[in-house]
Amino acid sequence: MTNCYLPWEAEIVERTQETPDIFTWKLRFTDPDVAHSYSFRHGQFNMLYLYGVGEVAISVMSNDGEFLLHTIRAVGRVTKAMMELPLGTHVGVRGPFGSAWPLDQAKGKDVVFVTAGLGCAPVTSSIKHVVSQRADYGRLVIMQSVRHRNEGLWEPQYDAWRELPDTQVLLTASRDKTRWPHWQLGRVSVLLDEAQYDKHNCVVMMCGPDAMMADTARTLVELGVPGEAIHVSLERNMQCAVGHCGHCQLGAHFVCKDGPIFRWPEVAELMRVKGY
Amino acid sequence: MSDMQYFPRAALAGLIEAIRDAGYRVIGPREETGQGGLVYREIDGVEDLPQGLHDRQEPGRYRLEKTGSPRYFAWVNTASAIKSFVYAPREKLWRAVRKEGRMHFEAVERDAGKTAILGVRACDLAALDLQDAHFLRGKFVDPYYQARREKLLLVAVNCSHAAATCFCASTGDGPEVVGGYDILLDELEDGYLLRVGSTRGAVIVADLPLEPASTAQREAAWAQLQQARGQQRALPAAPDLARLGEHLESARWTRIADRCLSCGNCTAVCPTCFCHREFEVPALDGKSTEHWRDADSCFNEDHSYIVGEVVRHGTRERYRQWMTHKLFNWVPQYGRIGCTGCGRCTTWCPAGIDFVAEANIILGQAEAPEIDIPRVDGSEAAQ
Repeated sequence: MTNCYLPWEAEIVERTQETPDIFTWKLRFTDPDVAHSYSFRHGQFNMLYLYGVGEVAISVMSNDGEFLLHTIRAVGRVTKAMMELPLGTHVGVRGPFGSAWPLDQAKGKDVVFVTAGLGCAPVTSSIKHVVSQRADYGRLVIMQSVRHRNEGLWEPQYDAWRELPDTQVLLTASRDKTRWPHWQLGRVSVLLDEAQYDKHNCVVMMCGPDAMMADTARTLVELGVPGEAIHVSLERNMQCAVGHCGHCQLGAHFVCKDGPIFRWPEVAELMRVKGY
Repeated sequence: MSDMQYFPRAALAGLIEAIRDAGYRVIGPREETGQGGLVYREIDGVEDLPQGLHDRQEPGRYRLEKTGSPRYFAWVNTASAIKSFVYAPREKLWRAVRKEGRMHFEAVERDAGKTAILGVRACDLAALDLQDAHFLRGKFVDPYYQARREKLLLVAVNCSHAAATCFCASTGDGPEVVGGYDILLDELEDGYLLRVGSTRGAVIVADLPLEPASTAQREAAWAQLQQARGQQRALPAAPDLARLGEHLESARWTRIADRCLSCGNCTAVCPTCFCHREFEVPALDGKSTEHWRDADSCFNEDHSYIVGEVVRHGTRERYRQWMTHKLFNWVPQYGRIGCTGCGRCTTWCPAGIDFVAEANIILGQAEAPEIDIPRVDGSEAAQ
């Protein structure tokens, strides 16, 4: 029987410093059997392990062939130390865990992505999937909010997406003073008016701080988007990732195994209660 | 599963011997030296059992009293549940070894010995089933829990009376043991009624001097159980508990938080609480590191920590999490409430917060009592 707590070994084969505190790892499982059998669904996460320090939950960016991509922000004890690791270092990986974005359900519908901060990383693989299967989906709307433009990741990528047919890429910086081309000033809410999509036949996927997602979801529902069409990816304290350690609970949900991606009606009332 | 049989008190030592001969270490209730409470610990024989001891429990209070009775199981429940013999409060999960730039992960092989627990109560058996649901019956199986659970022999003893803090009758988990045991006893004044619940149990009792239980003995056991059913406390009924989610902003949570120390005693003694944190213990030479877990509590500040933020930042939020998880959110998770009525959370609360009373108050089933909150500002010491 497999031990669900035991990581696999992986090597950092490439690293990219995206911003002063955000970096991307390309990992390769050292055991070819593990590399071969590993597969993830867009939106799921891995537990990345740093020797002698501990594990963190990080969403899977992509799984190209034998490689695994993770984009990580150095904010906590583990991730700050991870940012210092040189190429060739070995780390641990467990996963994938959790629920996935509803990319099948979204087929034939308009697809709307709303992200804030590093929330864009967990949806990037889904955006790429929609782009690669463009004919399967309706309009594509990508809304991304950051505090300052220089915290925005992969802007050239967003510029390229903007050129696709039936695609809107809307960007905003909430704390910048300068208004750059293609950029708005303010929070994600300023983008909602500009976004063009069929409110009655769309799927919305959101990732970012709780308050941003809750506010946006409520606004979208007021605008006529069915709650069932809205999906949010939640972040909670995750230590075991298998629903055992209890930290990630939100009401009756274990965010690690019932989530991290929820249909909005599953969490709407819970997110109304402060400190729950 | 089997007929009810009888054996005299003198043969209890033989039962313990038979369990030991079957390869089990025997855990039983015994007085924690100098602590004034009963706990489950390894016992050598009947001489370690709490003969003639009775526990008097109230919110925030547990006292053992000598009664002079020859009974070994005249107490109601122990300070700690049987939980720790299956879900260890602290254990090593795996280790990582660094060698020539590589990292090797090694799971800890849990070579669990056979363990028998003597004197298990109905509330704790029901709680064990809840822990089984959590650690064994989900998508992911906890191999460490599983290793110990498979080697566990349970000798249950029905309660003969209830403590003031008991409410198992209202959760439907007691006082009568109805399943989940290998051997079940009722303790009478001069001996024991015995039922067998498994093949393992049947093998162990095969050589005991058993005789068919008489009608008088059965009636005596029944009368005791009736006495244990007479409990002072009762949780609101299930349809009322199902409305707990409508009371998340009740002012009562703040009144509880005024008294609650957020110490986590309730979660430590709770037989169903499963939260644990993971941590690393690196070797001093840097060549290896161990990954451990130990019991955590939703009353700890870092329990709900996510980068830069604590979700449940105050005692009000944490007590609300604890109670609504037990009595409300457990139902969609595991099909029933996460409380089996043992009353330990109330007995062992240093502030004497009465879990059952608070649930009733929050749901409008009881009036809130006037409570004096001691104000400690140092002036008492000055006088």
